Amino acid sequence: MEVLSLLGDGMILSLQPLNLMMILIGVTVGLFIGAMPGLGSVNGVAILLPVTFLVPPGSAIIFLAAIYYGAMYGGAVSSITLGIPGASTAVATTFDGRPLAKKGRASLALVTAALASFVGGTIANVLFTLFAPLLASVALSFGPPEVFALMLLAFATFVGLGGDDIPKTVFSICLGLVLGAVGFDQISGAPRLVLFDYNGFLQGIGFLVLAIGVYGIGEMLWTIDQTRGDVTATTPKMTVKGMASDTKEAAKKGWKGTMIGSFLGFFVGILPAAGATPGSLMSYGVAKMVSRKPDEFGKGSVDGVAAPEAANNSASTGSMLPMLTLGIPGSPTTAILLGGMVIWGLVPGPRLFVDEQEFVWGLIGSFYISNVAALLINLAFIPVFIWMLRMPFTILAPMIFVLSIVGGFAATRDMFDIWLMVGFGLGAFFLRKFDYPLAPAVLAIVLGPIAEPTLRQSLLLSSGDPSIFFTRPVAGPITIVALILIFLPAIKMLRRMRNKSKKPA
Amino acid sequence: MRVGEIVTAGFLALLSIYLMWKSAELPIGYISGTGPGGGAWPFWLSAIMLISCGCIAFNWWRGTSPASQSDEPVLDSHGWRSLIFVGGGIIGFVALVSVISMYGAIAVFLFYYTWFLGRHSLLLSLSMALITPVALFFFFEGAMRITMPTGMSFTDPVFNFLYDIIY
Repeated sequence: MEVLSLLGDGMILSLQPLNLMMILIGVTVGLFIGAMPGLGSVNGVAILLPVTFLVPPGSAIIFLAAIYYGAMYGGAVSSITLGIPGASTAVATTFDGRPLAKKGRASLALVTAALASFVGGTIANVLFTLFAPLLASVALSFGPPEVFALMLLAFATFVGLGGDDIPKTVFSICLGLVLGAVGFDQISGAPRLVLFDYNGFLQGIGFLVLAIGVYGIGEMLWTIDQTRGDVTATTPKMTVKGMASDTKEAAKKGWKGTMIGSFLGFFVGILPAAGATPGSLMSYGVAKMVSRKPDEFGKGSVDGVAAPEAANNSASTGSMLPMLTLGIPGSPTTAILLGGMVIWGLVPGPRLFVDEQEFVWGLIGSFYISNVAALLINLAFIPVFIWMLRMPFTILAPMIFVLSIVGGFAATRDMFDIWLMVGFGLGAFFLRKFDYPLAPAVLAIVLGPIAEPTLRQSLLLSSGDPSIFFTRPVAGPITIVALILIFLPAIKMLRRMRNKSKKPA
Repeated sequence: MRVGEIVTAGFLALLSIYLMWKSAELPIGYISGTGPGGGAWPFWLSAIMLISCGCIAFNWWRGTSPASQSDEPVLDSHGWRSLIFVGGGIIGFVALVSVISMYGAIAVFLFYYTWFLGRHSLLLSLSMALITPVALFFFFEGAMRITMPTGMSFTDPVFNFLYDIIY
C-alpha cells in the first residue's frame, strides 16, 4: 500500500504544469529524433542535457526520460517506413515491419509498434514499481559467465532467424562478430584486425556503419534491381476507421509477441551492459520459436513487430533500474542520465530511494504519464509517417540514400565510415543476391563487444575450463538451452536428408 | 547464378583466411594467468567462417541452394545499368562531400536522381535539390549542433552566411 501511495504522489508531481509540459515536449522531440536514421535516444538526451539546467532536477530528469521514451517509439518509424533501423534497438523491428509496409500495411505495422511499445512500457513500469530493489539484486548476481550464456542464447536465436541455409547464417553471424572485433583488443589494448594496415580501422567498425550500409544502401539497390526500377507504389490509406481496425488486428495478432517482449525485454534490460538491443532480438527469436506460424516471420508477421517493440520499450525502463538503485547504467542513454543526476547533485544508489523519495517517485510517476503521452502523440503522427510512403519511389529512394549518408555521418563524424558504409552496401547487395541473411551480421556486431570480454573473463575465472558455463546455476540452463537451439536446425536438416534418402525414387 | 555462388563462396573463403592471418598477429591460444589471447576470438570465428564456406561449396556441389540450380546471370543488362547509375551516383555523392560540402553534394545527388534517373520535372527536381539541403542544414547545424563537412574553401561565403543566421 505504501508503494501505491508513493506512486500516487509521484504521478501528481509529474502532472504539475511544468513537468507535464516537459513530458509532452520531451516525448515529441524524442519521437522525431528516434525516427531519424543515425540519431537515437543517446543523441537526444546528450544534446538536450544542458537545456535541463534551466529547470529543477525533478523536471529535468522527467524531460530526459520522456525523450528516451519518445525515441524508443520513434525508432520503429524509420525501421517500418524506410527500412533503415535508426538505432540498434530497432533492428529486429525491420524484419517484419518493412515487409508489412511493402504490402501496403504500414499503418498496421506502426499501430502494432505503438501499442506493443505502450504495453511493454506499462508492464515494465509496474514491475519497476513493485520489484525495483529485488530485481536490482538479481541483476547484480549476473557475472561474466551468465552474461556470456545470455549472449550465446541471443546468437542461438539468430540461427533460427537466418532461414534454412544454416552455413550462410553461421557465416553471417561470425562475420558480424569479427567485424565487431576490429580496432583494439578490449583487454590488452593492443591494435587488432587493422585491415590492410589502414589506420581508419583502428577506431573499429560501428554498428550503424554496417546497419545503414546493409539496410539503407544494400537493401535499396536490391529493391531497385528486383523491381527493375518499377516499384509498385503501395498507397496506404489512413482513416479513423482503418486505424480502429488496425488496432483490433494488432491486439488480436500481436498479443503473444507483446507479452514475450514485455517480460523478456524488461529482464534483459535490467542487466548491466545488456540493454534493449539483445532484449529486442531475443524477444523476436523467442516469439518466432513459440509461434504457430513461424514461417510468417520475416514476411510481415504482426507478432514479429510487436515482440521487439514491446521489448525495447520495456528494456528502456528496465535499464533505469540498475541506474537508480545501484548507480550502474544499463545502456548508453542511462549513462548520460546518470551523469546528469550527478551534476544535479543527486547520488544514485540504494540511498536514493530513501533520501530523495520525491525525486524518485516523481520520476517513476512520469514513466507512466510519458508512456501514455508517447502512445497518443505517436498515434497522432502515424498519418504523417504514412504520407511519406505515398511518395513516388524515385523521390523516396534518393531521400533514403541522403538520410543514410547524412545520418551515418552525424553518428560517427568520420568520412572513412561513410566510405565503409557504401562498401558494405555494395557488398550486402551481392550477398543478398546469393541469399546470405544479413540481419544476423548486423545484430552480431552489436553483441560481439559484450560477448567477447565476458567469455574471456569467464575463462580467466575458471583457468580456461569451459565447464564454468555449465556448472553455475543460472549460466548452466541458459547455455544448455542455447546449445539445443544452435544444433536443432542442423538435427532437423539431417533428419530431412535421411527421410529424403529413405523415400523410394 | 550458379557460377556466381561458388565464386562468392571462394571470395569469402579467401576473406576468412585473410581475417585468420590478421587475427594471428595477436596470441590466439590460452595464456596462463591472462586468459585467451587477444587474437583468439576473431581467429576462431574466422575459422568457423572458413568452415561455413566449405559447407556452402558442398551444398553448391549437391545443388541444394536456389542459386546453385539457377542458370540466370547474376545481373542482366538492366541490373548492371541500375547498379552503375544508382551505385555510381552514391559513390559520386560521397566523393563530392569533401569538395562542395555535404549539403552541396546532397543538392547535386538529389537533382541527379530525381531529374536524370527519376525523370521528374525540372521544377520538382530543383525544388527538392534546394529545399532538402537547407532544411537538413537547419536541423543538423542549428537544432542538433552537429557540424557536417563544409568542403573546400570556396564554399566558405555560403556557410558564413548560413552560420550567421543560426548563431
